[in-house]
Amino acid sequence: MNKTINQRAWLFVIPVFILVAFNAVVPLMTVVNYAFQETFANNVFTWEGTRWFKQILRSDRFHAALGRQFMFTGVILLIQIPLGIAIALSMPKKGMGVPICLVLMSMPLLIPWNVVGAMWNIFALPEIGFLGHSLNDLGFDYNFTQQIGDAWFTTILMDVWHWTSLVVLLSYAGLQSIQPAYYQAAEIDGASKWAIFRYIELPKMKKVLTIAILLRFMDSFMIYTEPFVLTGGGPGNATAFLSIDLVKMALGQFDLGPAAAMSLIYFFIVLLVCWVFYNLMMRNEEQK
Amino acid sequence: MKKYKWLIPSIYILFLMLPIYWLLNMSFKTTTEIINTYSLWPQKFTFENYITIFTDSTWYTGYLNSIYYVVMNTVISVAAALPAAYAFSRYRFLGDKHLFFWLLTNRMAPPAVFALPFFQFYSSINLFDTHVAVALSHCLFNIPLAVWILEGFISAVPKELDETAYVDGYSFWRFFFRIFIPTITAGIGITMFFCFMFSWVELLLAKTLTAVAAKPIAATMTRTVSTSGYELGLLAAAGSLTIVPGAIVIYFVRNYIAKGFALGRV
Repeated sequence: MNKTINQRAWLFVIPVFILVAFNAVVPLMTVVNYAFQETFANNVFTWEGTRWFKQILRSDRFHAALGRQFMFTGVILLIQIPLGIAIALSMPKKGMGVPICLVLMSMPLLIPWNVVGAMWNIFALPEIGFLGHSLNDLGFDYNFTQQIGDAWFTTILMDVWHWTSLVVLLSYAGLQSIQPAYYQAAEIDGASKWAIFRYIELPKMKKVLTIAILLRFMDSFMIYTEPFVLTGGGPGNATAFLSIDLVKMALGQFDLGPAAAMSLIYFFIVLLVCWVFYNLMMRNEEQK
Repeated sequence: MKKYKWLIPSIYILFLMLPIYWLLNMSFKTTTEIINTYSLWPQKFTFENYITIFTDSTWYTGYLNSIYYVVMNTVISVAAALPAAYAFSRYRFLGDKHLFFWLLTNRMAPPAVFALPFFQFYSSINLFDTHVAVALSHCLFNIPLAVWILEGFISAVPKELDETAYVDGYSFWRFFFRIFIPTITAGIGITMFFCFMFSWVELLLAKTLTAVAAKPIAATMTRTVSTSGYELGLLAAAGSLTIVPGAIVIYFVRNYIAKGFALGRV
């Protein structure tokens, strides 16, 4: 759409700008403030320069948390994106099945995040949970509160349960926008199923998939509530992702300086990745 | 091959429903039964957990608090986002693209980064433990979301509509309220749904900013852990009840839900 140049449009944007800036700028500046200073009791601050940044960037604890975070995000993206596409491809295209699928599949997305954690906790507990009990009956020695591997398995399974539907919904919307004529043409040409997927369906889903990856990256990178309720970051620190580690440092130990420095580094990483995605997304849009 | 295609979505839905069923199953059991016996359905079916929640004011005020700030946030977000989305869709102005991206960065900001400063900030302006505080703090991610979704819906309305209205002698605001808003009612409805949803599921900020008076239901639930051991039956019943609002509204927006998640960009 060709847009008119109109500087007075800023007036329309001002309420949004004020409300978001109110929430974003003041707290962010507080974080920046802490990141460069040392605090003592009675609000005494001393300037520390970049000491906290150096300390965080060199600390094993941060490296470990960052490593776990990338590992988690990587694994759930590798599972959820292909799985979501596969489910969307096999969903009915019309008829009664469509609303049933859409409504039931969206259910996990609307459950408060700590309820998701609590639900999975009681679902996976070895003594009383269906999952834990069944796995132990089948002969597995499963206990997610004690064993690191089981804790990871449960956290990842929970996230797959919680968010795969998002990928399904987006891919399905992409598939629905394909005109039947494309499929008819492919049939006449005798195209294989794989060829149809590769040259018709996948390109049509490119745009929604970019958004799905962006959203899943963002949200899994800042995941806090669900693993906190499920495992509390444990056993030990095995599932303490960046947010959990950060809150532990800031509110648990009250190490405000290092925590603030870590916040900024954390935010910077998210911002960097999202900026790349944003440009990809906008390029897609301009091609339209 | 084609005949068995329905199997994949069916198995997936079964997988989705299992934990929900388990939660429901537990909510109809007494805590003693949950701990002592393992069964796939309640042996002694009881409504006791639900009765406790609906009669104990510390429980049901949690629901009222949540609904109160969620509705407040939805109204603020959509009201502020509507003119902004119109501006982004129709006009080019100084810094528009940067502003649009800046808005998105706030959707990306990890709430854990903001938890402590938010607590201090809202305490210093005497809003701590009020519904307004939670409603305002959720604007951080809901306003960007609302702007993005609405921008998508507004861009789908041809610009000729605006131009025709001006030719007919409508003033801008009269056009905006009498013609434009009725045209995009569907979009506004979807946006409200998404604001409602993300405010409903968020807990970290809501919990940080409240203590007693405005405590959300999701935070009240952690109470079952601290007092008199683990009251699993109550926890399960409270959890089951938090699913209800979402399950009801989702039916109305089923065909648009993908568009909302795609930030209005499908």
